Amino acid sequence: MKERVLSIRDLSISFKTNHGVVNAIRGIRFDLFKGETVAIVGESGSGKSVTVKAIMGILSSNGFINSGKIDFTYHRDDEVVKKDLVQLSKKEMRQHICGKRIAMVFQDPMTSLNPTMTIGEQVMEGMIHHYGTSRKEAFKKAVELLELVGITDAQKRMKSYPHQLSGGMRQRIVIAIALSCDPEILICDEPTTALDVTIQAKILQLIKDIQKKKNISVIYITHDLGVVAKVADYVAVMYAGKIIEKGSVDEIFYDPRHPYTWGLLSSMPDVNTVDEELYTIPGTPPNLLRQVPGDAFAPRNHYAMKIDYIEEPPMFNVGGKHRVSTWLAHEKAPKVSMPASLKQRIEKMKKEAE
Amino acid sequence: MNKSIMKYIGKRLLMSVITLFVIVLILFILMKLMPGTPFNDEKLTEAQRVLLYKKYGLDKSVFEQFFLYVKNLLKGDFGVSYSILKNAPISMLLGSRIGITIRIGLQSVVFGSIVGVLLGIVAAMKHNTIWDNISTFISVLGVSIPSFVFALILLIAFGREIPIFPITYDSSQPILSSILPTIALSTLTIAQVARFTRSEMIEVLDSDYMLLAEAKGLNKRTLIFKHALRNTLISIITILAPLIVGLMTGSAVIEKICGIPGIGSLLVEAITANDYNVVITLAFIYSAMYIGIMLVVDVLYSIIDPRIRLSKEDGNE
Ligand SMILES: Nc1ncnc2c1ncn2[C@@H]1O[C@H](COP(=O)(O)OP(=O)(O)OP(=O)(O)O)[C@@H](O)[C@H]1O
Ligand SMILES: [Mg+2]
Repeated sequence: MKERVLSIRDLSISFKTNHGVVNAIRGIRFDLFKGETVAIVGESGSGKSVTVKAIMGILSSNGFINSGKIDFTYHRDDEVVKKDLVQLSKKEMRQHICGKRIAMVFQDPMTSLNPTMTIGEQVMEGMIHHYGTSRKEAFKKAVELLELVGITDAQKRMKSYPHQLSGGMRQRIVIAIALSCDPEILICDEPTTALDVTIQAKILQLIKDIQKKKNISVIYITHDLGVVAKVADYVAVMYAGKIIEKGSVDEIFYDPRHPYTWGLLSSMPDVNTVDEELYTIPGTPPNLLRQVPGDAFAPRNHYAMKIDYIEEPPMFNVGGKHRVSTWLAHEKAPKVSMPASLKQRIEKMKKEAE
Repeated sequence: MNKSIMKYIGKRLLMSVITLFVIVLILFILMKLMPGTPFNDEKLTEAQRVLLYKKYGLDKSVFEQFFLYVKNLLKGDFGVSYSILKNAPISMLLGSRIGITIRIGLQSVVFGSIVGVLLGIVAAMKHNTIWDNISTFISVLGVSIPSFVFALILLIAFGREIPIFPITYDSSQPILSSILPTIALSTLTIAQVARFTRSEMIEVLDSDYMLLAEAKGLNKRTLIFKHALRNTLISIITILAPLIVGLMTGSAVIEKICGIPGIGSLLVEAITANDYNVVITLAFIYSAMYIGIMLVVDVLYSIIDPRIRLSKEDGNE
C-alpha cells in the first residue's frame, strides 16, 4: 500500500486586509503519497502559494486558517508520527517541521538568498540549527550537497556570495539548502519561472533526479502545464481558492472534464502550434473579497448553466482518482465535450506519448 | 579583496585630495577678498609693516602667496588671529580644541546610532503597533526640536534642578561633563537613524530571503540578528556621512551653550569678533574633517558589503 505523507482536508484560509477579508483558500482537499509528486496548477492568484505556505506555517501575519486539517505523517526513530500541522504552534513548526521535514524552494533565486552571507553559511545553517551538526561535519555535508545539485568547484563556491553566481546556480543552491536536512517533503513554488528556458529544463531534471534518489515527496507549483506533464504523478487544478479538478496526470491531460482545465490546456503552448494564436481564457478571476455565489468560474464559463450561478458544484467522482467540481459532471447535465481543437491536440499528445 | 576595490579606494583617495585642494584655493581667494590685512594697525611703522609683509610673504605675487599658504597649511601654520588673541598663531588657539570637538562628535555618533538602530528595530518588529508609534514619535521630536533647545532643557533639568552633571564644561571631568552635550547633539542622529533603520528593516523583513530563512525553521533571534540586522546595518552606513556633517554644524551651537572649549565655540567667537583668518582656518578644518569622514565611510561601506567587495565570478551555467 502506498504511504500517505500529507493529507489536507477542508482547508480554508483568509487574509485580513484594509479592504476587508480575502477568502484566499476556500476548502481544499488533496493527498500526497510517499515518493510521488503532486503538481498544483492554476492562474495567478488562484491560491497555490498560499496553500503551500500554510503547510510550512509561514503565512504572512495577516493570514489565518479558518478551518481544516493538514495531517502530516512521518517516521521518527521507527515510530510513525501523525501531526496536524494546523494545530502546531509557530514554535513547534520551526523546531520540528520547517526546513527539517518539509522544505521549500521559492520562485525567484535572485532574491531568495541572503546577499550578505556566504553560500556555505546558508547551506550549513539548517543542519547546524536542527541537528546540532558540528561546523566541520556541516561543511563536509554542504560540499556534498553542492556537488549533488550540480555545482562545480563546490569547495570554492562555499565561500562565494549569492551575487557572484548566476540565477540557475543560485536556484541549485536553494535546492541544496532545501535538501540539507533530508526532508520528507519538498515544496517547489514555481522554481523555474524566473529562469532561462534552457536552465529551466536542467533544474527540472535535477529535482526529478533528486526525488528518485532520495524518495521524497514533492509538491510542485507551476502554471506551465508542459512542466506538469514532465514531473507530476497527480495534478490538482486550482481556481479562485478551490481545487476544481484533480486526478492522475493521464486523467487530467487525456480526459480533462472541467471547462477551466480545458482552457488551461488550450492555452498551453506546444511545438506544433507555433503559428496559431495562443488561446487565453476570457475574463478575470472573481474578487475573493466578496462571497462568490455558485460556481466561481461561471462568469467565464462558456458552458455555464443557470445552476452555476446559484449553487456551488460538489466534487463529482468521475472514475479512478479523477474528481471534478463542475455541474457539467452531474448526471442530469447536458452532455458537452471539450472544444474540437483541444481534442485534436490531446489525440496528438496521446500518439506522441505512445 | 579584489583589484577593482583597491582601484576604487585609490580613486576615492585622490578625489579627496583634489577636493581639499579646491577648498584651500577657494578659502585663499576669500581671504584675498577680505578687506584689510592683519597688519593695518595704525601703530605700526612703515618699516615694521614691510618687515611683517616680508615675513608672511605679502610682498610676493599672488601665485607665490598661495604656494606659501599651502606650504604653511601643511606645516600646521594657519597664520595669526586678528582679534580674538591678537597676533597669536592660530595653531596655538586651536590647541586641544580639535580633540575635544572630535571626541564629543564621535560620542554622539556612536550613542545616536546605537539608540537609533534599537528604536528602529523595535519599530520595525512591532510594525503598526503602539511601539512603532512611540518610536516614530521620538523620531519626529528629534527631527523637529533643534538640538540647542534640547541642550538647554537637559542642562536645566540635569545640571541645575537635579545637579548630576556640571552645567558648564569642566576640564577636570571631561567625560562627565560631556554627557549632556553628547545626548543633546545626538538627537538628530537618533531620529534619522531610527527612521531609516525602521524602513530598511521592514523592507528586509519582507524580503524573499527572510522568507527562505524562516522556511529553514530558524528561531526569531537568529532571523533578526543573523539575517536581518546585517543587511539593515550595511545600508545604515550610507547615511552616516551626511549625519556626521549635520552633527558638526550642530556642535558649534552646543559647544557655545555648554561652554565646551572645542573648535565649534571658537568658530562662534571668531564670527562674532570678525576674526576672518580664524574663521577661514576653521572652515578648512571642518572641510578636512568632512572629507575625511566621507572617505572613511565610503571605503568602509565598500569593504563591508560583499556585493561591492567581491565582483561577480564566472558563475554561469
Ligand atoms: N498577505 C496577503 N494579504 C492579502 N491577500 C493575500 C496575501 N497573500 C495572498 N493573498 C491573496 O491570496 C490569493 C492567492 O494568492 P497566491 O499567492 O496563493 O496566488 P498564486 O496562485 O500563488 O499566484 P501566482 O501564480 O501569481 O504565484 C490572491 O488573491 C492574493 O491576493
Ligand atoms: Mg505564487
